[in-house]
Amino acid sequence: MASFPLVSATGMLGSGFRAESLDKAISLGARMIGCDAGSTDPGPGPLATGVCMFSAAAVKRDTEIMMTRARKAGIPLIIGSAGTSGSDAGLAWMVEIVREIAREQDLHFKLAVIHSELSLEVVRRHQRDGRARALPPSAPLSDADIDAATHIVGMMGVEPIQQALTADAQIIVAGRSSDTSIFAALPLLEGYAPAVVWHMAKILECGAAAVAVRTAPDCMMAILHEDSFDVFPLREDYHCTPQSVASHTLYENADPFDLREPSGTLRTRTARYEAISDRAVRVSGSEFFHDPEYTIKLEGVRHVGYSTILMGGVRDPYILAQIDSWLAQLEDSIKTRIGNTVGERAYEIVTRVYGRDGVMGELEPHRRIAGGVGGHEAFILWDVISQSQDLSRTIATSLSHLAVHNPIPKWHGLISGVAFPYSPPEIDRGPVYEFHLNHVLVPDSPTALFRTEYEEL
Amino acid sequence: MAALGDLAKLVRSKNAGPFWLTIDIMFDDAEAYRRARDAEIVNRAAIARLYHRNPADIIVVDHDTALAIKVSFPRPQSSGSKHDSDVYGGQQYAPLLGLEVPD
Repeated sequence: MASFPLVSATGMLGSGFRAESLDKAISLGARMIGCDAGSTDPGPGPLATGVCMFSAAAVKRDTEIMMTRARKAGIPLIIGSAGTSGSDAGLAWMVEIVREIAREQDLHFKLAVIHSELSLEVVRRHQRDGRARALPPSAPLSDADIDAATHIVGMMGVEPIQQALTADAQIIVAGRSSDTSIFAALPLLEGYAPAVVWHMAKILECGAAAVAVRTAPDCMMAILHEDSFDVFPLREDYHCTPQSVASHTLYENADPFDLREPSGTLRTRTARYEAISDRAVRVSGSEFFHDPEYTIKLEGVRHVGYSTILMGGVRDPYILAQIDSWLAQLEDSIKTRIGNTVGERAYEIVTRVYGRDGVMGELEPHRRIAGGVGGHEAFILWDVISQSQDLSRTIATSLSHLAVHNPIPKWHGLISGVAFPYSPPEIDRGPVYEFHLNHVLVPDSPTALFRTEYEEL
Repeated sequence: MAALGDLAKLVRSKNAGPFWLTIDIMFDDAEAYRRARDAEIVNRAAIARLYHRNPADIIVVDHDTALAIKVSFPRPQSSGSKHDSDVYGGQQYAPLLGLEVPD
């Protein structure tokens, strides 16, 4: 069998790469360009709001370089997890950028747009039919989970992308995709071995992240062979080592030896990594096990409420020494005050004390050992969450007043115990969301949950 | 004795999806890696104690080719939810840095 060279433009569309690196990959015979554009890393915000984590200007710059190079070389460009979340709103935003570039650069091609947002009804039907499974550490999918979701996407495998490639799409913009599917779809169609392809895809999906020392995001290239693949960066000052490539299976995975895909599991425990030059590494020996059941992972968010935040600092050593009881007293005062002003309304105040356990919360060991603030000052972030912005703001304005004058036994008389950096001190943060689905569906077929539209540009 | 943080080339934490946290302890040379690995100071009981977690939920894996020890456990709250303080999970490794590695 011949070899199959391909390139990953960058680890995250919009984070940047050098145009000359992509040019070099094309001159080395790259047969496709892939780029991951999404992640759940930035939290529930992008899926909830449809807003990409990068600006349109940043995404357009990267996309324009990929599109012009792909069209000139006549090779496919595959962008997965468009708009960070892959929701319909994120996808539409990305497709508009692609259309704009096509107009400006006079590029003509067949575009495939693959939707991954799922209706609640589709998810309900799978759940009713016993075709929803929970992933650890979550409980089984409930009706309440589905009803509460504001957006749900399914993470596609290679099959919808392969369908678009078979339909001769030259540029594919996909909704939520597994990071690896972007790079695995075409080589699997070409008949390369699943174990080699999936392991290659896992290394390539983060762009140049698997080099020994990465100073800025850039492209990464791989050449597939029958039973191995070679991986190397395009920048002359970057290099891969067996350790740097092996280490990449650690990244963002709970278990580095067992990597789950919709169709099965890649096991890298038996993989061999050997340096074939001072910058390229050859990888072989992984195994791929097809699962009896094909599954599509869900990502979903629900609306939690509306937030108003308040931040302030404390420098008084007597307050710092008794900060836990001082905050507990404040909580009692605010409860009384809210009862008197707005009555029995549900709300929650999340208090983070930086200098104590603001960064780690309940994971902080010092919280259980030291029992207070060790330094000479502390920063307090109060987050008031309720079912309306107006109520959250009402509570936050009482909270700021009560916090400033919250007394301690040491001082006799009215104190000013909190330094606010802003006026007014309260900041409305708008609606807030959380990820609440950690489940998979068993679909009718690998493509059944995904809808593809074609467009001649 | 050496502190794990002094011996490692990189200790980092990150989300592994919105519901899991994962910590990588990576070494430059095989000797330092083996020293830390064979001392067995990074184990489920130690992680459970430091992070106040249930030992049964904790995964610890030695990766000999990567010269790395990996620790994963479910997040107390999902990434970016109202009680979470670290959306990317990037600052959760610090308690491991002071673990003592015997000579």
